Amino acid sequence: MDSPLRLIAASPVDRLAHTIEALLVVASAPLSISDLADAAQDDPERVETAVGLLEERYREGRSGIVVERVAGGYAFRASRDAAEACARLFERPVERGLSQAALETLAIVAYLGPCSRPEIARIRGVAADSAVASLVERGLITEAGREDGGGAIRYRTTPLFERVFGLESLAALPRLDDLGETTEELRDRLVEVAAARAS
Amino acid sequence: MQPTLVRELELDLDAFEGPFDLLLTLLLKEALEPREIDIAAIVLSFLERLAERDEIDLDACGEFLVLISALLELKARGLFPDEAAELEGLEPEEAAEELARRLAEYRRMKEAAAWLVERLATEGDRWYRLGPAALAPQPERRLAPQDPAALAEVLRGLAAPPPNVSLSHMALRFPPVSQFLERFRAVLARRRLFDFDSEVAGLSRVEQAVALLALLELRKAGEIALSQAAPFAPIRVSRADVERTTAWTARSA
Repeated sequence: MDSPLRLIAASPVDRLAHTIEALLVVASAPLSISDLADAAQDDPERVETAVGLLEERYREGRSGIVVERVAGGYAFRASRDAAEACARLFERPVERGLSQAALETLAIVAYLGPCSRPEIARIRGVAADSAVASLVERGLITEAGREDGGGAIRYRTTPLFERVFGLESLAALPRLDDLGETTEELRDRLVEVAAARAS
Repeated sequence: MQPTLVRELELDLDAFEGPFDLLLTLLLKEALEPREIDIAAIVLSFLERLAERDEIDLDACGEFLVLISALLELKARGLFPDEAAELEGLEPEEAAEELARRLAEYRRMKEAAAWLVERLATEGDRWYRLGPAALAPQPERRLAPQDPAALAEVLRGLAAPPPNVSLSHMALRFPPVSQFLERFRAVLARRRLFDFDSEVAGLSRVEQAVALLALLELRKAGEIALSQAAPFAPIRVSRADVERTTAWTARSA
């Protein structure tokens, strides 16, 4: 016979871990340490310890469900082993069919947000109205006030964006400097092209 | 490819789906914004059609180049209406720098979008619960223990009609003119004449004004005569018959 779950032991932190486990089960969005501490009416440091216990208990490969640190909080998800079965039962409407235009717009909002549609259009060279509308409808970006003087609406990414892309926070995005060519590299290439045409 | 076929080039863009000539018509009628159109996608469609043919049709290519460059200019003007002036003052070197900067910015965003695609692929086997956020319970409003009798007393006080507000202090109090009529008549019964200023000295300004009105009333009724040696000099009041007698005596003399 299997031994009972270790978390059922009677230590206070284990009991707190039970409560946090229950909170994560009923939550539909990641819960921060502060959310968990408020709901459990316990000390945030003890909550962190209890969450550590849960991360160990529900780590990948040990159980059908996994505790992950995502979007500024903690949440349960299915283990990767069960992904195919989940895919047969459920849809992924949020990220399904994201166009290249929508992905570029999403990247701009994630890195430069909050930013407005004119700013996005200026970078992409194409109007961003439909891409922005699509991303808002999917819940990946949301309005974040207006430009100074009651100007264009600005947008930022939502916690759902971080969850869909499995990011702990926006800080987990790769540095822009590590992506693409630098200005100097591009300038050199332009000069080369111009010199070749002149000759 | 014939030039007419350039116009019939079938397009499937984000903002438009249909033949190229219809796209041009919509743009010229301003039913479609040039900035909505992905020019690169049109060029790719044209090149795909061109590749399907064995030989290059120069007429078709020429017509396409003219149309697409006009479209590109329209779009550029629409996208950057204020930037022509901004860029005019730039030296070629600075313009190249600016162009490189913008291209680099766009390249980085394209790379970031590519990273997001890769991330979606690697994170695609993460399944989690999604749904609207649960409604958080409203915190209970805590009130101090209440006494029903005290509440009733407060409500009774609120239900009572408010006391009438007295406006008496706003009314001007004038003494009746008749009071001064009688007073002046009595004085003239005792004396032949009197000095008005001396008679009303010590009265308030309102009472003095009413006294003057009484004086004018008596003058209008012909009971008294008034005389004043000079403007602002004392007003002398006398009985009318005394004044007539004095005047007659003076004329007789």
